[in-house]
Amino acid sequence: MLRFVVRRLLQMLGVLLVLSFLVFVWLRSLPGGPVSALLGERQTEARRQALEQALGLDQPLPVQYVRFMQRAFSGDFGVSTQVLPGEDALDIFLTRLPATLELSFFALVIAIALGIPLGYVAARRKGTPLDTATVIFSLVGVAVPVFFTAFLLKYFFAVEWNLLPVSGRQSIGLDATRVTGLFVLDGILTREWDAAWDALKHLVLPSLALATIPFAVVFRITRASVLDVMDEDYVRTAEAKGLTARVIRGRHVLRNAMLPVVTTVGLQVGALLSGAVLTETVFSWRGVGQALAEGFLQKDYPVLQVLIMAAAAIYVLVNLLVDITYALIDPRIRTR
Amino acid sequence: MNTDDQTPGPSRERSTYASRRKDRIDALASASAEDEEGGVSLIVSAWRRLRRNPVFLVGLAITITFVVLAITSPWLAPWDPAARPLLDDIRPQSNPVPGPEAGHPLGGDDKGRDLLSRLLVGSQQTLIVGVFATLFGLIGGITLGTIAGAFGGWTDSVVMRVVDVMLSIPSLLLAFTIAALASSPSQWTLIIAIAAVQVPIFARLLRGSMLGQRASDHVLAARSLGVKPHAIVFRHMLPNALGPVIVQATLVLAVAIIDAAALSFLGLGNPDDRRPEWGQMLGAAQPYLGQAPHLAFYPAACIIVVALGFTLMGESLREALDPKTRR
Repeated sequence: MLRFVVRRLLQMLGVLLVLSFLVFVWLRSLPGGPVSALLGERQTEARRQALEQALGLDQPLPVQYVRFMQRAFSGDFGVSTQVLPGEDALDIFLTRLPATLELSFFALVIAIALGIPLGYVAARRKGTPLDTATVIFSLVGVAVPVFFTAFLLKYFFAVEWNLLPVSGRQSIGLDATRVTGLFVLDGILTREWDAAWDALKHLVLPSLALATIPFAVVFRITRASVLDVMDEDYVRTAEAKGLTARVIRGRHVLRNAMLPVVTTVGLQVGALLSGAVLTETVFSWRGVGQALAEGFLQKDYPVLQVLIMAAAAIYVLVNLLVDITYALIDPRIRTR
Repeated sequence: MNTDDQTPGPSRERSTYASRRKDRIDALASASAEDEEGGVSLIVSAWRRLRRNPVFLVGLAITITFVVLAITSPWLAPWDPAARPLLDDIRPQSNPVPGPEAGHPLGGDDKGRDLLSRLLVGSQQTLIVGVFATLFGLIGGITLGTIAGAFGGWTDSVVMRVVDVMLSIPSLLLAFTIAALASSPSQWTLIIAIAAVQVPIFARLLRGSMLGQRASDHVLAARSLGVKPHAIVFRHMLPNALGPVIVQATLVLAVAIIDAAALSFLGLGNPDDRRPEWGQMLGAAQPYLGQAPHLAFYPAACIIVVALGFTLMGESLREALDPKTRR
């Protein structure tokens, strides 16, 4: 098991190292590049050269990369040029991470809490109108652009019916104590129940919108997986042995059907990260996704570099964790 | 001795990160390995089942309607999508978006252009974005996948490691990045951004089914008859390996249209809105969501219906071609 984990970790580092080089080279090889972005309209040839020299951009690419990596290992990823000029790029990521974590966590909880039971029920009643209806619902869920779902929720629940807050993470003027940066958890930890409740109300619409894509996927995988497992010989054996339907369902069908679902949930982290860029923009949710959206629009290279690398690292790391979980559940993989 | 080396390649890969994503791609690839069922070819038997499948027929009907509309839209649209016949009706304070009136059944947009005409012409632009993004992704993926699958060995390893690195960035995020890095955004940078994300998926898919072909009897027969290697790759392996790639392409058409909308929404799309694509119209409607939600609802509904059409068709094609469901 230890060997398995170590090998996966090394593989992961390899992928990330290659990726860091690709992102680095790529951001610098484009027409314009960081210097044009910095100078904007005031660009002249002399200014350009002076700035390139000051930033070390006149050096060959491999030299620049080594320098970048040296600084990166000491935690210096450069300074934001556009989104929050002068702010440390890594700090921007770290201060915004809790907001995105909170949002993604609730979205994932919603997706799992709805997707698995519905998928299971749909599989048990395959071919009934209930099954057809849920399958169509999940297909429509995929076909609706995430930001439009966000729009619809915001338009009806916040603007038209005024049931929930329109945007942001907490009401302005609410004096809440910060502990972790996860607002709901902060409220619970400090026993500021009104702050926790307020943060929770702000979370409902964005996390519902963000949950649509992972929900559709979790639902479909659960349904397909339960259908597969119900056909297995060991389920028939269990039935022949005269086990009660409840035991068969819980111990034989559901537990085995959960294997592919676990992996799928891990893969949804990618969809959550991309979806967060859109959802956070609609709801002015000050998280990593919104910073990314601003970075894209304003071509803030240091910020983009940190955020893209961090997103890839999170994605790869979560999938590593999923693989380990998977190996723990399924002994066949461990022994390979 | 390292126990890991005892199992052959594909099954060992099962436990790498993102392996399920790859497994899903590979499972689809292996669907093409079997091609006979009691003397009836895979395509014939798939078509027999599809003909009676209501899900497929609905998807097909939506797709055909969309394509016909897209092709004929220049003649159907009552107005030039760039003309501004309703400009005089705009009152910045009270009425920023002209409502329906004679000759303009859906009213106008925020710049006084006829909404119906823009939606119609939009179908054409949307089709162009979807088809070209899929096509470019397909060409890139087929090239990489063919190289990897045809040569095998270290060429295969190098190409597939590059593909793995590309798969390590969440796909939509990669599309955002590529689009954001374009120095002058246009419809083509949008298309390329969406296409690039699809390349590693197509490459992996095609390589999987090419590897299946390499071991098959008809390739062995061709080789022993002395058929030249490039002829084996292009005449014997590639055509037989394309089935799952075509299924994926149908699904990618839907994804491309939705992704285009997301890119336009973030302001990374085509800045020229004289001939809009639906995603662009949806993105441009944002500021007016309070006063004129229909500006967003019409293009959104079009996107949803068309994306659903392609998805229904692709999913039922996938099911029909999967040997597991042919019981």
